[in-house]
Parts: sequence; structure tokens; C-alpha cells
Amino acid sequence: MRSAHFVGMVSVAGVLAACGAEPQTPQYGPNPELPAPKRGVLPSMVIAEPAPWGDRVPTVPEGYAIRAIATDLKIPRQTLVLPNGDILVAEGRGGNAPSLKPKDVIAGYIKARGTTSVASGNRLTLLRDADGDGAYELQTVFAENLNAPYGLALVDDTLYVANQDELVKFTYREGQTQAEGPPERVTELPSEINHHWTKALAASADGRFLYVGIGSNSNITERGMTAEVDRAVIWEVDAQTGARRTYATGVRNPTALAVHPESGELWAVVNERDEIGPDLVPDYLTAVQDGGFYGWPYSYWGSNVDDRVRPQDPEKVASAITPDYSLGAHVAALGVDFSVPEMGAQFADGVFVGEHGSWNRADPVGYKVVFVPFTGGRPTGEPIEFVGGFRDNDGTTRGRPVGVTVDPRGALIVADDLANVVWRVTPQP
Amino acid sequence: MAVVIERRYCDAIHPLHAVLLAGGVPLYLGVALCDWAYMASFHIQWSNFASWLIVGGLILTAVTLVFALVDLLRPRRRDQNIAAYFVVLLATWVVGFFNALLHARDAWAVMPGGMILSLVTLLLSIAAVWLAFPTSRMGDPV
Repeated sequence: MRSAHFVGMVSVAGVLAACGAEPQTPQYGPNPELPAPKRGVLPSMVIAEPAPWGDRVPTVPEGYAIRAIATDLKIPRQTLVLPNGDILVAEGRGGNAPSLKPKDVIAGYIKARGTTSVASGNRLTLLRDADGDGAYELQTVFAENLNAPYGLALVDDTLYVANQDELVKFTYREGQTQAEGPPERVTELPSEINHHWTKALAASADGRFLYVGIGSNSNITERGMTAEVDRAVIWEVDAQTGARRTYATGVRNPTALAVHPESGELWAVVNERDEIGPDLVPDYLTAVQDGGFYGWPYSYWGSNVDDRVRPQDPEKVASAITPDYSLGAHVAALGVDFSVPEMGAQFADGVFVGEHGSWNRADPVGYKVVFVPFTGGRPTGEPIEFVGGFRDNDGTTRGRPVGVTVDPRGALIVADDLANVVWRVTPQP
Repeated sequence: MAVVIERRYCDAIHPLHAVLLAGGVPLYLGVALCDWAYMASFHIQWSNFASWLIVGGLILTAVTLVFALVDLLRPRRRDQNIAAYFVVLLATWVVGFFNALLHARDAWAVMPGGMILSLVTLLLSIAAVWLAFPTSRMGDPV
């Protein structure tokens, strides 16, 4: 028994009075410190306390401006900037995982308090700024009756949408404000249970392939190994035929994918496992190797064995790839996109990462958009806060960033699924 | 003419009290067996069963504790065994509660502590039954 942790680790749902017990060391970069796994009698939980933005807006660096370009959405997650500058927003909430244990009932109730109460939109909304003044005066439904759409990609005149249960496509003509008809299926996606339901999407540079991120069906196999068939993987789908193969495995929850604009490499942000301590396991940003195995569930950050998994698999552990860059444990990275020089000199080369924010940590982290600088096509240095002010130290939380998309004309689009707003950050001349 | 009512005391605990108390034993036995099955098979469903059986056991034990407390607070109906019974029953609930928290961990993180606490809870619940049933509630005649 771990009676030493019986006291001190327990903090539930904002009733927490003091939270100085846990280490504050930032855990960024290619070689994060990995403390020994630990878990108290209760998991540390501090849940966001939702509050309206009012007149406030998120904070951005000096020389940048931010404004809300769409409000009253129905849970915006990911966005796509179309060639004519229009923005598509995927809205919805998925997942149909049943409560298996008493714990699931209680934790589900507590966690739901930190998210929006708006019903799932299950639609795509189109935003248009016709006169280029930065105000998106048109906000209209592009397509509806989708099933928790998340990942979006445009290849020539085909718009791909990753619903929580299938990959579908629409024909898209430039200037269109509404889809011409219901979508056509490209391929079915694993959707049973859908503990991690988001299906991230990116198209290869030549448009031949689509990459789909499919999250695990549990935190750490607590729904059984059979639930994990075709989970915690990235699929490569042939855009023409819908044929697919497994591109990478052991990626617990690949919540956003992006293709490097020069090298064409596939990059992902991945959310790692919970309940083994405040600084374990780091969520990460990595170039995804074809055929690579990234550890889940058997090990984390390379070959650090997770003892909660039975049966164990030492061979798989030995083959696990160490990710490129730690974003810090529990930050919940849900968006990633490569920057462009139009974003300004300091933010020209690198990726923006949307961090939804932690629940499994007494001292909350995330709740911001960071910029990870790149040099020579690799992440270097510490992440820089790019959009903040989502959460106050007293727990008041006005927003939670999800998808981030770089508008090639020089703007960052940030979806906020707590305030149901889309933000747009622009460099000021 | 004075009427003398001779008070009669029951030898056994209240039938509902008895059912709730004894009912805990098969539930806690089920917890231990499910834990053992999970350890032997790695099939997670056994661990899920164990988690719910603990909740069932805790509910029964909690209500039983109310009965025991009422008995405890009625000095004329208590003998020396009732206090020991109450303490053991309370220990059953407390250990069972920590076992419930332990079983809220994911997958193998429940083990081996969960198995140990399940056995301790089972033994405590049997001990509580052992102490409760022979307990005579005879008081001194008025």
C-alpha cells in the first residue's frame, strides 16, 4: 500500500485550498525529466471553472492583436483556411464510452463541469471576411448532420472531413458557402466505444494520402486489450480508393496532425497517459515515422515501462521510439500547425500548439497556445506563450483552446470550445 | 394494585440487521474472487466486477453500521461484545472504502494492493458476523 500518499495528493474539483506540494519544473524539449510514477489514493483533479469572457480577450504578444471572429458556435474544435480566405469550423462532441466502473461515473460528472454545456453542433460553419477588414461578417452553416466532425483537409477541389466514425468528402468549389449535398464516404473509421473520439486529419503534400489520427480506447488499457484493436494509431488512407494501412502505432491520442511545408514530413501532437503523477507522462510533438511504434500502452517516452499494463510486452517496449519534443505532461495539446513568415520574424519558423489544459494535476497547466520554434526542420528551445489569459490562477476559466490553424496571409485561427468562439490573432503593422 | 411488566429481551439481532450484516460477506467474497480472477487472467472485466461489488458491500455495511450504532447507544440492550462488533464493522467499511479507491485506479494499478485489501475486508466482514450473531442482548432485569 502507498499509505504515504494517503494525505496530500487529494484535491478535487476546485475545492482545493493549497497546491504547493507538487514540483514546478517545466518539462519541455527533447529530454524531459521523468520522475518516478506515483498515484495517491485519489487522482489529483483540478477542473476549470467556466466563466464568460465579457469584454476581455485572450492575451497576445506585443505587436499582435486578437479578436473573436465567430461566436455562439456549437463546440468548435478544428478549423481550415480555404484558398479564398474563408474559414471552415468543425463543431461537435463525440464519444459514446459507457461507464465501466463507479469511478467513471464520478470522474465523468466532475470533468463535465469544466467543459461547455452547449449541445454538439455536428456541423461545419463557414466564416467569411469579404472586405478583408478582419471582421468575419458572414457566419453560415456549410454542412450539417455530420457525426462529431473534427479533422479537416482540402485537396484541390475535395474537402475531407473526419467524423468520429468515418472519413467523408465533399466537392468544394471556391467561393461556395454551402455544401452541394450530403458527403460521400471515403472509409469507415474505428468508432466502437470511442473513449478518445477525435479523428485528426492531414493530407500529404502531394494530396495522394490522408493521415487520420485515431486515439486509444482507454487511458491505459482499463477497457481491456480487445478494445484497442486499430486504436492509438495513425492511418494512411488512399484519397482515391479509401484503402488504408497503419502508418504508426502506439500513439495514445494523436489529436492533431500537420505536414511540414518543406520536408513533407508528417508531424503530430499526442496526448499521453494520466494518473501516474503531475509530471508524467509528457504530451509530445513529434515527426511520425512510417511504421514507428511510440510506446502506448506498454511504455512511455521511449522504453519507460508502464507497470499498469498486463500482459506486458518487453519486445514492443524495446522497439518504442522516443518522441522528438515534450510539451509537458497533461497540457492536452489538441491543435498543431506550421507557421509562415507572414506571422512575424519571431514566429516565422515553428509550430503553434493549442493546449486545452489539464485536469489531472493539482497545479493546472496548458490553457494557452504556445509557439515551438524550429531550426533546420526540428523543434528547438522552449515553447513561447503566444495566446494566453484563458485561465486565471483562481481557477476561473474563460476559454480552452483546441485547434490552431495558420492563415497563410498572416493570422492564427484558434478554436475555443469552452467559450464557443473562434479567435483570430494577427501581427500589427 | 401494582402491575409489574416483566421486560423480555431478544437474543438475536433484528432480522433486517442480520440480513444486511450477513449479506456483506458474499459481496466481499465476490470482490476477493474477482480480484483473484483478474490476477490470474488479466481480464479487465473481473476488475470491473470487483469495483461494483465493493460499492454494494459498502452500502450494506453502511446501513448495518446504523443498526449497530443504535444497538450501541441503547445501553440496556448491550453487552460487552457489541462494542467490539461495532469496531470491527466500522473497520470493514473503512478498509472497504480504501479498497474502493484503490479499485478506481486503471488496469493493473489496482494490484497487488487491491487483492490484499479485498482479503482484509472479507476477513473483517466475517469477523463482524461472528461477533454479532452470538451477541446476547439481555439486560439486567429492571
